[in-house]
Amino acid sequence: MLAYIIRRLLYAIPILVGVNLLTFALFFVVNTPDDMARMQLGVKRVTPEAIQKWKAERGYDKPLVWNSAAAGSAALTDTIFFSKSVRMFAADFGRADDGRDIAREIGTRMGPSLAIAVPTFVLGLFVAISFALLLVFFRATTLDFAGVVLCVAMMSISGLFYIIGGQWLVSKVWHLVPISGYSGGLDAGKFLILPVIIGVVGGIGSSTRWYRTIFLEEITRDYVRTARAKGLPERVVLFRHVLRNALIPILTGVVVVIPSLFMGSLLTESFFGIPGLGSYTIDAINAQDFAVVRSMVFIGSVLYIAGLLLTDISYTIADPRVRLQ
Amino acid sequence: MSIQPVLLWSDALLFVLIAAIVVLVLWARRQDAMRAAWGRVAQDGMAMAAATVLAVFVLIGLLDSLHYRPRLEATPGETGAATPRYAVEVHSALDALLSDLRRRSEKTYSAPLATHLYSKEALADSTQREFPRLKHGGAHLGADLASHEFDIALRVSRGCAGGIAVWLLLATLWCRVRGLDFMAVVRVGAGGTAKGAATGAVFITLLAILLLLGIAISLGGAYHVFGTDKVGQDVLYLSLKSIRTGLLIGTLTTLVMLPLAVLLGILAGYVGGWVDDVIQYLYTTLSSIPGVLLIAAAVLMMQVIIDTHPDWFATSAERADARLLALCLILGMTSWTGVARLLRGETLKLRELEFVQAAQAFGVGRFAIMRRHILPNLMHIVLIALVMDFSGLVLAEAVLSYVGVGVDPSTISFGTMINTARMELAREPMVWWSLAAAFSFMFALVLAANLFADAVRDAFDPRSSA
Repeated sequence: MLAYIIRRLLYAIPILVGVNLLTFALFFVVNTPDDMARMQLGVKRVTPEAIQKWKAERGYDKPLVWNSAAAGSAALTDTIFFSKSVRMFAADFGRADDGRDIAREIGTRMGPSLAIAVPTFVLGLFVAISFALLLVFFRATTLDFAGVVLCVAMMSISGLFYIIGGQWLVSKVWHLVPISGYSGGLDAGKFLILPVIIGVVGGIGSSTRWYRTIFLEEITRDYVRTARAKGLPERVVLFRHVLRNALIPILTGVVVVIPSLFMGSLLTESFFGIPGLGSYTIDAINAQDFAVVRSMVFIGSVLYIAGLLLTDISYTIADPRVRLQ
Repeated sequence: MSIQPVLLWSDALLFVLIAAIVVLVLWARRQDAMRAAWGRVAQDGMAMAAATVLAVFVLIGLLDSLHYRPRLEATPGETGAATPRYAVEVHSALDALLSDLRRRSEKTYSAPLATHLYSKEALADSTQREFPRLKHGGAHLGADLASHEFDIALRVSRGCAGGIAVWLLLATLWCRVRGLDFMAVVRVGAGGTAKGAATGAVFITLLAILLLLGIAISLGGAYHVFGTDKVGQDVLYLSLKSIRTGLLIGTLTTLVMLPLAVLLGILAGYVGGWVDDVIQYLYTTLSSIPGVLLIAAAVLMMQVIIDTHPDWFATSAERADARLLALCLILGMTSWTGVARLLRGETLKLRELEFVQAAQAFGVGRFAIMRRHILPNLMHIVLIALVMDFSGLVLAEAVLSYVGVGVDPSTISFGTMINTARMELAREPMVWWSLAAAFSFMFALVLAANLFADAVRDAFDPRSSA
């Protein structure tokens, strides 16, 4: 098991190097720093001095990958590639355009992001699995058909509608909770409840349908027939036997997103004014702050790879037959 | 008025796509398995109803893809018609059809079917601030505002009558041609799963569409059916124009993605070895980057390129079009990984089957085997992926436009409509109609696509037909 995890971690390195090279190519080779400077400062009437100053402020005035002016190892290290891309492996993300340290910013914004993402995730999983089991319990009846149609209809509604509609109905018409905002501590509850509920409702359609398919596939297996033949009630068959055996396909889709919960949700956070990583990213995209976008891309892929590893480990817990070698 | 046809890049690709679909349909007609599967789709009432709705959307999208530049009237003093001049604006056939809707713009917001503007203004002949009359909405009423509601009711019923008339004409004509009993078809379509239910479902969907169309035409001639937006444009017109953008993003992205996914997926699965390793590494790396962020990064970079090369594009329509295409390209580049992985797995299974081994024993070349024996057996996966991705892409466009990495702000799309309208939610009374129109059109399109995709998947997936 340990050897397996170490091997997987080693395998993650070339992927992260690939991500790193890709972002480097996207942000510094496709467009030179000169292009970015011109764009940030306005395309027309920009003096070469202003471009030089902009680049120097951000450390973009170095050569891309090989500094022929420097001596020894500095020829490799005193370059944009080393200072901007390779340093990310050491969790050194540099500074955003407003001069703040990105790593520190990520540390403080992680809390609010998790405060939204974790309850949404847990509650959403619980609700969707319960609904799916309910539909499977009443399978091939009108209730099942109506449930599936409802799921498809809910899937077809834009996520933006749930947010805008929910804010309008709950906050503006019923005045139950504030429209947006955030505060730390216990006070956060009244700001969090609406985004969490909207996140759960918005996800019900597609996930219920997905779990229903999994359960329906499982229910045709031999062990289910055996359990029924023993005289077990359908309720026990579903909850004790089918649910546990369906865990593997469920885990495949679910565990991989757990680490990514740190990244927060772009839409929810920006609509509800929650100072998490999602709204940080969206602000960076709107302000064209490339340093932040680059860092978030890197962190996102690290978390995704962690999720893949966690998925494999979770298999061994859910199913004793799985051995990782 | 003479015109100069304009072929935008996205139009050209759309027509290429339609040609490809026609070729595929001709090919599928000769394949027994394909014909049987499509036959199952055609028997499904829900699927055919959804297909009818989709067909209407596609028709609107295609009309909106025939672009031209109208010729400018020669100014009186000017002689020498040797070089006719054309407007800088690019119009489409849909614009020509809806020229009334497009031209009749108001000053600013007005509610659906309203006769007065949304906000008060100081009028010239009065000391108080009042709601001014609209220039076009309900202008035919004159001073007779009391008959406003009656006029609307009259127009709605007239529209319904027109819709029913056209429907009866079309439906009886269809029954005559196919030798069906009209009443029986309608009765079956309304509530049965019997044979012929699909035709009935199509008829009933068609009735609903024609009713809505009739009402829209009859009301739209005198009012703004969905109101007007901030700069006074008719929201119905904007919604109809948005359809093309949604369709383009849903289809062109797949067009970009499919060749890549099919080629790499089959290569990885069939050739194996270091080719497999490289391709697997490629798609693991790409899929490890969160989708939105990768798209955002690529779109930001593309914006820089477009902004630093203003000389590449003759008209602003071309620039917006280039941006739309680039967005499809980026979405395609980031979304091929899932399909490629599926195809690789399926190819691995197929590689071991007898017919492939027989081909190998006969000395058929690698690429011939992949083309002739592997690819046709993967077509159902390709098709399912194609229809399942469509609705997700339409929804993604709205989100991406909100994030600021979607289509060009000057391109009319559901995303840009929602994005501009959401600023006004805080106003009192609320400006809800732009949002409502965008969301309902999007809902209709995506729901139809989802229902159709489900039927296609059920018909083609060997697992579900068992």
